Amino acid sequence: MSTPTELSEASAPGARTGHRKQSSTTPKPRRVRRLSQRDKVVLGFMVGIPTLVQLAFVWIPTLLSVFLSFTRWNGLALSDIRMAGLANYSYVVNDSPAFWPAVQHNILWLVFLAVIATPLGLLLAVLLDQQIRGSKIYQSIFFVPVMLSLALIGIIWQLFYQKDNGLLNFLLGTAGTPQAVDWFGDPHINIWAALVAATWRHAGYVMILYLAGLKGVDASLKEAASLDGANARQTFFRIVFPAMAPINIVIVVITIIESLRAFDVVWVINKGTNGLELISALVITYLIGEGQSIGIGSAFAVILLVISLVPITIYLSRTFRKEKF
Amino acid sequence: MSTSTQTAPAKTSTRVGHGRIRPHYGTHIFLMVMAVMWMVPLGWALFTALRPKADTDRYGYFSLGGAFNFDNFIQAWEQGGFPRYFMNSLIITVPTIILVLLFSSMMAFAVSRVSWKFNITLLIMFTAGNLLPPQVLATPLFEMFKLIQLPYWFSDSGSLLNTYMSVIIANTAFQVGFCTFVLSNYMKALSPDLTEAALVDGAGLWRQYVSIIMPLCRPAIAALATLELIFIYNDYFWPLLFIQSGDRLPVTTAINNLQGTFLSNYNLLAAGATITVIPTLIIYLALQRHFVAGLTLGSSKG
Repeated sequence: MSTPTELSEASAPGARTGHRKQSSTTPKPRRVRRLSQRDKVVLGFMVGIPTLVQLAFVWIPTLLSVFLSFTRWNGLALSDIRMAGLANYSYVVNDSPAFWPAVQHNILWLVFLAVIATPLGLLLAVLLDQQIRGSKIYQSIFFVPVMLSLALIGIIWQLFYQKDNGLLNFLLGTAGTPQAVDWFGDPHINIWAALVAATWRHAGYVMILYLAGLKGVDASLKEAASLDGANARQTFFRIVFPAMAPINIVIVVITIIESLRAFDVVWVINKGTNGLELISALVITYLIGEGQSIGIGSAFAVILLVISLVPITIYLSRTFRKEKF
Repeated sequence: MSTSTQTAPAKTSTRVGHGRIRPHYGTHIFLMVMAVMWMVPLGWALFTALRPKADTDRYGYFSLGGAFNFDNFIQAWEQGGFPRYFMNSLIITVPTIILVLLFSSMMAFAVSRVSWKFNITLLIMFTAGNLLPPQVLATPLFEMFKLIQLPYWFSDSGSLLNTYMSVIIANTAFQVGFCTFVLSNYMKALSPDLTEAALVDGAGLWRQYVSIIMPLCRPAIAALATLELIFIYNDYFWPLLFIQSGDRLPVTTAINNLQGTFLSNYNLLAAGATITVIPTLIIYLALQRHFVAGLTLGSSKG
């Protein structure tokens, strides 16, 4: 079974090395001066339209988020915008009741995905990479949640987690008794319940990426290691895993970014309140909330932006380091 | 876990002896347990959906008693307004995929096949844009769309809000970066000789793009189109933000409202959830070969 992610994410590093090999042996691509006048117009059109779309609807709004975070605005007329300095940030950090819980939950989300979901996906990939019977069937089963939207995953798990009629409480024998747990409702438990649901999807995603990565590892490396007397564990951790460095970087970045983007599941459950606060959900709460405090919502957005720039920068610098020419 | 991963299990056992069998046995038990656990949530939803409400009320949800039929699916389909929502998903998804692939293939061609001053800078900008959490730009985008004045024959809100267009624009802008990155890697791996020859023949850039590079990218385009189909069908956030009228929501965002519509009728809710899974599974099963073709072609180039 092959998958979308396999192609899109995993073939990128492969294609890149191919390119590098190529560019050392073949002449560089055409230079601009070889382009005719007409070609320059065509090039301007081919670059201009996508760039304009990208600037107008991604990067300018991002910069406007930064600007709005220093203002006070109710979201009505543009003339109502007042400069507010750092007041929004001061409110967010000192007075907003939901901010620190949200930060904790985002960190917890990252740690849970990094310590449980991602290694689980890697383990599944390693086991399924052996030519065992039914490997394709197992892969299909673990991959199904990756095809589902996180919103739908929230609803499916709601049916599973319900207090009185959910399967989990039946299996625990607590359904209908006072000990029955409201998995998505109890503010001390619901973040863990949501993380299990998120793991259901993330592990399959990681498994697919690593399956592609493992296929790309040269089999002779493994043979050489076992001839030298390395056991399976040593071969994997000392040879195979380091050989998958490009995929490892992609997985690290995906894990961090997924934990920052986490939104749909908690919004479906209870709009990110009552134990499920996340920074991303707070942005939207302040945008559509009664107060329409655009400035405060934007301050949350900027905090989210600054945190996400860390993995984005790491990824981009690793990916494009060799490309400068 | 055996070190000789390339050999078939049967061969391994005869050659290496019984020492290798036990790890495989444990692997199978572990995988089976995991696979069963993995199927439980969807299985439970399907199980609930197949049982009439009257029977689950009588025997309880955790039982095998009563009838199994598709009545809940029919009722959920009619009461939940699914035809409308599926149509909305289609109206949003198809134009988005076309725009994303058009823009990203042009951009990828320009940055990977032509060498000019800012091509890497722009590629970095495109790639970074796709990695941002959408909530970072949600507020200004919402306000921008609210401020854009449109004639009422075009939009009954007088702005871009509450239109299919708003979701198409946001999704297009957000997905272009990712597809540009993937396609530019794919195009870079194509031999420079291909367009070299065309250049000698006097073919302009547009000819090179349309008649040489794009036909060669067909597997990558097919794979990306399938991928984007699922991405955009599954998009929950942009319609949630921009569309207020319930009857314009795509399926993925609308299922959230089913919890209110089917008020504690879990059988109907489960049926509704199962209905929304079906298109994704059909897409996956029908277009699987595009993934395989794209992958093998991409990897043989590398």
